[in-house]
Parts: sequence; C-alpha cells; structure tokens
Amino acid sequence: MIRIENLTKHYKKLQALRGINLHVREGELFAYLGPNGSGKTTTIKILTGLARSTSGDAYLHGFHIEKETLKAKRQCGLVSQTINLDHELTVYENLDIHGRLFHMPSRERKARIGELLEYVEIHDRRDSPVKQLSGGMKRRVMVARALMHMPRILFLDEPTVGLDPTIRRRIWSLIKKIQQNGSTIFLTTHYIEEAEFLAQRVAFLDEGQVVAVDQPQHLMSQFGAWALDEIANGEMETTYFKSREEANRYIQAQEGGFALRRVNLEDVFLSLTGKRVQPT
Amino acid sequence: MRGWFAVYLRELLILRKKIFRQMASMAVGPLLYLVAFGLGMGEGVHVGDRSYLEFLIPGLVAMSSMTQSFAIASEINIARFYWRIFEEFQAAPIRNIAYVTGEVLAGVTRALLSVLIILVIGLLSGISLCYSPGFWLIVILNSFVFASLAVCLAMLVKSHADQALLTNFFITPMAFLGGTFFPVERMPSWVQSILNLLPLTHAAKAIRSSAFGLRFESFSCLLLGLLGFILFVLAFLSVNRAKE
Repeated sequence: MIRIENLTKHYKKLQALRGINLHVREGELFAYLGPNGSGKTTTIKILTGLARSTSGDAYLHGFHIEKETLKAKRQCGLVSQTINLDHELTVYENLDIHGRLFHMPSRERKARIGELLEYVEIHDRRDSPVKQLSGGMKRRVMVARALMHMPRILFLDEPTVGLDPTIRRRIWSLIKKIQQNGSTIFLTTHYIEEAEFLAQRVAFLDEGQVVAVDQPQHLMSQFGAWALDEIANGEMETTYFKSREEANRYIQAQEGGFALRRVNLEDVFLSLTGKRVQPT
Repeated sequence: MRGWFAVYLRELLILRKKIFRQMASMAVGPLLYLVAFGLGMGEGVHVGDRSYLEFLIPGLVAMSSMTQSFAIASEINIARFYWRIFEEFQAAPIRNIAYVTGEVLAGVTRALLSVLIILVIGLLSGISLCYSPGFWLIVILNSFVFASLAVCLAMLVKSHADQALLTNFFITPMAFLGGTFFPVERMPSWVQSILNLLPLTHAAKAIRSSAFGLRFESFSCLLLGLLGFILFVLAFLSVNRAKE
C-alpha cells in the first residue's frame, strides 16, 4: 500500500532522510516513531506531496508520488501536526472546500459531510466557525476533513500533540475506528503509549534512518516484561526482567529509590540509539 | 485546471465573512483622497478641460484596482504562514495553475469591488463618467497584472514582513507616481520616461481616456495584457518554490 525505496532528502547541508526503505501493508496501522527532528514529518511531507525528495522512490497504492502525483494524492488524506483549518470558515465550509479540491460532486459532498460529522461526533457544531471550537474538536474536524474524499491511506502526523489525556484517548478510539473500517494508517508520534496502543507495526527513525521495524510486542519481548529504573551514580539505569517475581527478588536486595514498570517501546528505542523518543 | 473554483470560493467565503469591514476599508482611502485632493483643492483647479475631481476619480480607480488586487498577497500569506492552509492546497490533487487561477481571480474580484465603491462615491460627489466595456476591460487587466504579481511574490517571500516590505517599496510609490493624482505629462521628460515604465501609469492613462469617452488606449491595453500573461506564468512557476 505504501512502498518507500531509498528515500533521501537534503536541506542544503542537513541530511533529513538518509535512504528510507519501508513497506506498509493494506489495512495496517503503522507507527513511525522518532524524536523531534528525526525526519518523521519530512517523510510525511514527501509522501503527501508537500515536499520533494532528493532521491529515491515512493508509491501510494501503486502510484509513484512524483511521476503520478495527482493520482497518488487522491489515495491519501493528511492530518497535519499543526491545526491548518480555516478559522474564519465554519466546520461545514472547511469540509466542503476540501471536497471540491478533491473534485467530489455536490450531492456526494453534502452526504459525506453529514456522515463524517456524525462519525467524529461533531454534527452539532456543523455551522460553527472553527475559531469557536476547542483543540480536541479542531483535531476531530481535521480527521473528518482528511477522510472526506474516502482515501485509502490516512497520514496522521502527531495527531494528539498538545491535547489533554482525555481528548487524546478519544482521538485514539477514532483512529482505531477508522482502521477497523479498512483504511491504512501511517501514524507519526513521539508518544510511546500512543504507538503501543494503536500500532500493529512500528518503525523507529533516528537521524533520518530507519533503525528497526517490527511488531511492538516482538520488539519489547527482546528485553523481557518488566523494567526497573533506578538512579545510580547520578544517572538513570534500567534493568530488565522476564517476570515480576524476578524483578521483586532484585528489588528486595536493593536500597534507595526505584520505579518498577512494564517494558515499553521507549526501552527499545533507547537501546537502539541511546536516545529517548520523548524529551525528558 | 480542475480545483480552481475551490481556491476561488474559499477566498470569496473569507471575503464574505468580513464584507462590511472590507468595504469600509476599501472606501476609506479613496474618500480621504477625494476630500484632501478633490474638495480640499477646490473646484477652481482644472486639469485640461476637466475638474480635478473628474481627473482624480479614474486615477483612484487605477490605484485602487492595483492595491486591492495586490492585497490578495496578504490573504495568501496569512493562509500560508499563519493558518497553514497552503498545505491543504498542496496536498490536494490540483495543478499549480488551478491554484494560481483561483487566487488571481480572487484578487481581481476584490479589485472590482473596490472600483465599484469608488464609482459610487464618485456618483455621490456628482461625478458621472463613461464606464464603457473598454473601461472595465482595462480595470480587469490592471487587476490581473497586480493579482498575478501578488501571487508570485507571495510564493517567494519567506515571511509576512517581507511581503509588507515589497508593498512599501513597489506598490506605495507606484500608487503616487503612476499618474493617479497628477498628469504624468507635466513632469520633466526624463521623469516621464521612468514613469512610463510603470504598469500603473499605462493603466491610469487608459482608464482615464475611456472614462472621459476619449479613444481606447489599445497600446496600454496590449502592454498590460502582455505583462499580465508574463506575471501569471511567473506566479505559476513560483508555486513549487513555496513547497520547500
């Protein structure tokens, strides 16, 4: 569904992407993880036609993104990291303009808008100017707008950034619902728990390179099930255990402060790159 | 070309939301010039066999169609740098030419609205001139030139401040020197040669000639048409630059 081959991107002296290779399957929810500046947004910008690659190829549902640009663009919907709705316009007008940009006939546009506003549970705000909506509502409108033309692939670039935990979970349910309806979802995030909860497979990106691709459970099981964080010599150290009992035995022999938790994708990324995905 | 109407419609919807504010702002400038230069100078001032007020109205039409069509650059910049709407257009399956067409037409529409306001103000001041199809053709060509220039520059600038700088250096001097407030023929010949390079000088001359029911300035018209075409192509070529 999404095929990326040796994709590179240079901004003058900066090498943002250094030969990305990926294959995302149809109907998959794929998370693309990495710290800020690792190249996540650059990859999405290239795939959605907002930027040009320096070299390499990428295909969306078989259409080359630069040689068959318009066809490739029809395959995908994009929810950007920043809220890019027309604040002066109403929710309806924002969706209607999007439908027109994707050449949807009038009747189809009207029906689809009604359907989507129900879907994202915002139908009662249909005629409200976007500037009157809360952050969470704006995100839901962005998701509805991206789904307007019934794309096969949905790109979600940090869709929950800046939202409070309750709204974030609401957006997660919406993303799950969209995937269950058959869409392929390419999600970038630096919220580890978001990727763990949603994704079937994850790719870790570091300094413009993919350092690992696998199912979250496979990646995490290499470390065990439990992790113990403790401060030793002024640095945080983590020890991994296969079971909670094993961890408890270790704790009994220790003194001082520590925190026992389940192994997560952050541990995987940390071991691969020596960096954290989320800034601490 | 599919998709141009969506771009155009978006600009119209935004214009509609603030139509009264916009119309008031379009009327303020011409009203001030009419009061200061037209009424302030008195009816005793004549340019040729016309009163100064009659001379001024077509000049204001030329100036206003320029500034209002060029103002589309500000709308594009707000959409691009502040609301990030430009991404929405770039991610849509429309060609750059559709985007440029939609924005240029929006600029022309704003210009026509401002011209109508000036003509109404003129009528209320007792000035009725000849608003023939030739008059409207030149107004539209002038608006097309500056709307295309606006889209081109809006794609090239890196910030909204850069755009304001371009307006201060190019549009404002042209508004005052392009034959709006005085006949260019009264200037020294070397100044005339420079002023004749400005598109607004040709627009003001041709609009005035049509409004006075004199001959249709086909050379000026041709020049504006050619310049409009070149700027439209440049605007089209600039869209890819804005992507990065």
